[in-house]
Amino acid sequence: MSLFNIFNVSGSAMSAQAQRLNTVASNLANADSATSPTGEAYRAKAVVFEAVPQQSGATAVRVREVVEDPSPLKQVYDPKHPMADDKGYVSMPNVNVVDEMVNMLSASRSYQTNVETMNAAKTMLLKTLTLGQ
Amino acid sequence: MLGKIDQYLSFNETALSLRAQRQELLASNIANADTPNYKARDIDFGSALQNALAGKTGNAANLNTTAQNHIGRGKPSGDLLANGTPVMYRGDVQGNVDGNTVDMDVERNQFAYNALRYEAGITMINHQIKGLLAAIQGQ
Repeated sequence: MSLFNIFNVSGSAMSAQAQRLNTVASNLANADSATSPTGEAYRAKAVVFEAVPQQSGATAVRVREVVEDPSPLKQVYDPKHPMADDKGYVSMPNVNVVDEMVNMLSASRSYQTNVETMNAAKTMLLKTLTLGQ
Repeated sequence: MLGKIDQYLSFNETALSLRAQRQELLASNIANADTPNYKARDIDFGSALQNALAGKTGNAANLNTTAQNHIGRGKPSGDLLANGTPVMYRGDVQGNVDGNTVDMDVERNQFAYNALRYEAGITMINHQIKGLLAAIQGQ
């Protein structure tokens, strides 16, 4: 039954968007983390979405990988900082807060749209159950 | 007699089944609105219904392109639905930088439209069933 597949498709999109929102939260939380377990400053993370064709002809979505932003870390002059190098510069995370806010809005809107999609499918299925009554 | 009832309901049944499959495609488009290089897909409902009623698998309707750089709107994607309906790519109006051709306004519009038509189809079948029941009971 095709309509049930909508739950799989929208559900996959919801979990993908939720993971995207998760990376945004992690990026914003670590926007000022000068160090990390690797010893380097935190690098902004981003998710890569991938379309997954289903047997029924529909296309679900999943997160293929979480990539780190390769752009250079922000150099902040702060000689008092314990992580400062010999010239007094500290490498700070390359998180762009504006980018992250935009990403956050986009992810939450996409999530909402998929919830609505699921609701519409649910209404249609319930309506189908009333056939002949 | 059973054959006749079957025949009586078959138009709306075929239409509903196609509507459900189209709804699935539209849901896929909405789900993949942020996937790079995803191409929005849809079916030509009118010709798909005609073909399904005639019991044949359809050919994709196509616009003629007379030059290499013409944008082929509604190009067949090569995929088929379970009943042989060709799935086509939606012609994109405003391209996206990441190669995604999902236009959320179009998709949501079509999604709501398709859901409404589906429910209308259910109402139609309900009325048909009521008609049959009235005929059986004769009251």
